Amino acid sequence: MAAQIGQFALALAWVVTAYSVLASILGIRYKHDKLIASGRNAALGATACITTAIVCLGYLFAVSDFSIKYIAAHSNRDLPIYFKISSIWGGQEGSLLFWGWLLTIYTALVVIQNWRKHSSMMPYVTAVLMTTSLFFTSMHLFAVNPFNQTVILQSQISPIPFVPRDGSGLNPLLQDAYMVIHPPMLYLGFVGFAVPFAFAMAAMITRQLGDTWIRTTRRWTMVAWMFLSIGILLGGKWAYHELGWGGFWAWDPVENASLMPWLIGTAFLHSVMVQEKKGMLKIWNMVLVIMTYIMSIFGTFLTRSGVVNSVHAFAQSSIGGYFAAFLVVALSGALYLVFDRLPLLKSENQMESMVSRESSFMFNNLILLAACFAVFWGTMFPVISEAVTGRKITVSAPFFNKVNVPIAIFLMFLTGVGPLLAWRKASTDSLKRNFLTPAIAALAAGAVLYIRGVHHLYAWMALVMSIFVAITIVREFYKGAKARTVGTGERLIEAVVNLTFRNTRRYGGYIVHFGFVLLFIGWSGQAFTTDNQADMGVGDTMNIREYTLRMDKLSTGDDPNYSAEKAVISLFENGTKVANLLPERRVYKAGAEPQPMSVVAIYDTPHNFYRSDVYVVFAGATPDGKKAIIQAFYNPLTAWVWIGGTVLVIGTLIALLPNKRTVVRRRPEPEPKPKPAAVDTKA
Amino acid sequence: MKRKQLKFAIGSVLIVLTLSYLAYSGYQESKTYYHTVPELYSLKEKAYDLRLQVSGDVIPGSIQRDGKVVSFVIGAEPQTLRVKYVGKDPLPDTLIDRATAMATGKMGRDGVFVADTMLAKCASKYEKETAAGVQISKKSN
Repeated sequence: MAAQIGQFALALAWVVTAYSVLASILGIRYKHDKLIASGRNAALGATACITTAIVCLGYLFAVSDFSIKYIAAHSNRDLPIYFKISSIWGGQEGSLLFWGWLLTIYTALVVIQNWRKHSSMMPYVTAVLMTTSLFFTSMHLFAVNPFNQTVILQSQISPIPFVPRDGSGLNPLLQDAYMVIHPPMLYLGFVGFAVPFAFAMAAMITRQLGDTWIRTTRRWTMVAWMFLSIGILLGGKWAYHELGWGGFWAWDPVENASLMPWLIGTAFLHSVMVQEKKGMLKIWNMVLVIMTYIMSIFGTFLTRSGVVNSVHAFAQSSIGGYFAAFLVVALSGALYLVFDRLPLLKSENQMESMVSRESSFMFNNLILLAACFAVFWGTMFPVISEAVTGRKITVSAPFFNKVNVPIAIFLMFLTGVGPLLAWRKASTDSLKRNFLTPAIAALAAGAVLYIRGVHHLYAWMALVMSIFVAITIVREFYKGAKARTVGTGERLIEAVVNLTFRNTRRYGGYIVHFGFVLLFIGWSGQAFTTDNQADMGVGDTMNIREYTLRMDKLSTGDDPNYSAEKAVISLFENGTKVANLLPERRVYKAGAEPQPMSVVAIYDTPHNFYRSDVYVVFAGATPDGKKAIIQAFYNPLTAWVWIGGTVLVIGTLIALLPNKRTVVRRRPEPEPKPKPAAVDTKA
Repeated sequence: MKRKQLKFAIGSVLIVLTLSYLAYSGYQESKTYYHTVPELYSLKEKAYDLRLQVSGDVIPGSIQRDGKVVSFVIGAEPQTLRVKYVGKDPLPDTLIDRATAMATGKMGRDGVFVADTMLAKCASKYEKETAAGVQISKKSN
């Protein structure tokens, strides 16, 4: 029953979505207010329909209805309920439905929030969002319908299709808490970039290319950017503790797919400030918004179509053509609009100096785009080379690292320098005042690092740069707060807090930068990892750096979902016992092929600044079955990646807050209805 | 104004050139030719010089462990390839009988492919679909 309701809801959603697009466009064309309003209501209706469909799918998972193919392929009876629910986005059909659902939710929020404020743009915004939605709904309905019945072709015994008694289970790699939240976060990011795109399109169509669309979409862009950052970080965290190879980023095509929109989105968030302040880079920003959106769709395409080999490219599937067609249409339509509106996108100012805020933003953009281009090129190289030369050539980590490591270091440099440069032209005097102390301090720290044994050039540069940026950020807070204490008599800490909440955008931004610094420090620790491997029986020991592992117990265990080989390992730091590590090797039972999987044990040294991880993998049993093959990694600084990520998210949240008790001063708008109290607190 | 724009242009070109150089050298270092097992054999002599990625299904029962080195056979009879994995990272959990393995490394003169990087996709857990959307089940029964 639920399947029929879901199926019907999808069909209805398609009709309603198509109607919404048509009604919105025709409504504006014939200036028919009722039609426009009806188009908007249809968009809300589409949200209700897709929501119904996703609830039905969730219900089918919850009750393990294996007569539905998607359920049978991604769940089994013994799967815990939270994994059953997260299986909604565990495979092709469901995760696309999930994408489409988030899009309609965003659409509903945008429509409700902005309808009155931007009445002339909104019908177009609705039309653009609903067109994207129509594309996804078409796919749900015609290509990858999650409500299809199970058909087992090769049942020789009985010609009648039968319902399997149990499903073939969720991929054990996805049976993980991070996998429950990683895809929703990532998708919230991907999908979120559709909103700025829709506003950009609406602004171009209505020729209202003033600040309005940029201000309206700034928060949306930041929200999408934040979710995408969380998604990427959780993906890294998942890979780190689930895949058992000791690292968190492997330049896998799927990882790259999420990084590309992030890079362009980051470029946009920065260069848009230049447009707000100086009225420059308007065409450029337009192109960035378009590219961010296109890259989000492209990323979904890359993950879902199987065009490139990847650890989790899911299928050689039929949806590639749909995506390719949609990408071509969306990109050419958007670029045509930009081209047609070029005269309206004229710059109001020009670059004046190489050493200015503008130029630092420009270089920031240039290298972020270069990074994105390199990642794109490397990811798509097998496809491109096969098309051009007929031979499939892949490139791997050395290619990506060679290009992106120097870019990241340069970007870090700009992170430190950019925010302190004056607009237009920075004077030599101000350069000295702002940068001399941090530069000297960072170089001194660099000398200490070198003496302490940091001889890896890039890692050294990364660390020195991080220290430099950290000092500039701390100084900014200190200077601002100090000035406040003089004026208000507040204590320093109090002043820091008030300062931050009175100018959330600026200081939130600094906190984001600081998070990035910590992330960067953690990432540079990758240059110093060491590893070791041994066959260990009970009582055997293995050394790695200042740590010793001692095998205390080997056992086996059984769970309805999997069977496991378990080890209990004592970890000694310089001879003192600090932890019990419990790595496991599980074999998941569901499906035709039992699927082995390692459960990594990680000891994060909490008392130690380096926050090094001792990372232990149960790689398997020796052939005689008496010993365990244990692999151990020593990963310095890794915890800083996660700490930095958290700080980055907190910073973004602060930057999203409205400024506390400041007078709202706004330049008069060309927009017809400037509501004076329109402080968009909800955005 | 013109002179300043020139400066920006030079700065940008320098950055782009540096990055292009880095990209090119990274490409030279890591470029890998992708082939299936039959294609690999059709390369003949050329197969020994290039860095290759070979993909094929793991033949059931062929996975052997010998200390740190793991070897197995991929492909379909009669054209099969013995792969010896000597990489630093732990072997992926997904490398089991009938999984699709992608081994990256070099072809040895003794006919054994020496891999330093392994990717594997478990056949039964990942969907294999034809263009028409019909599921081809790889299950043995």
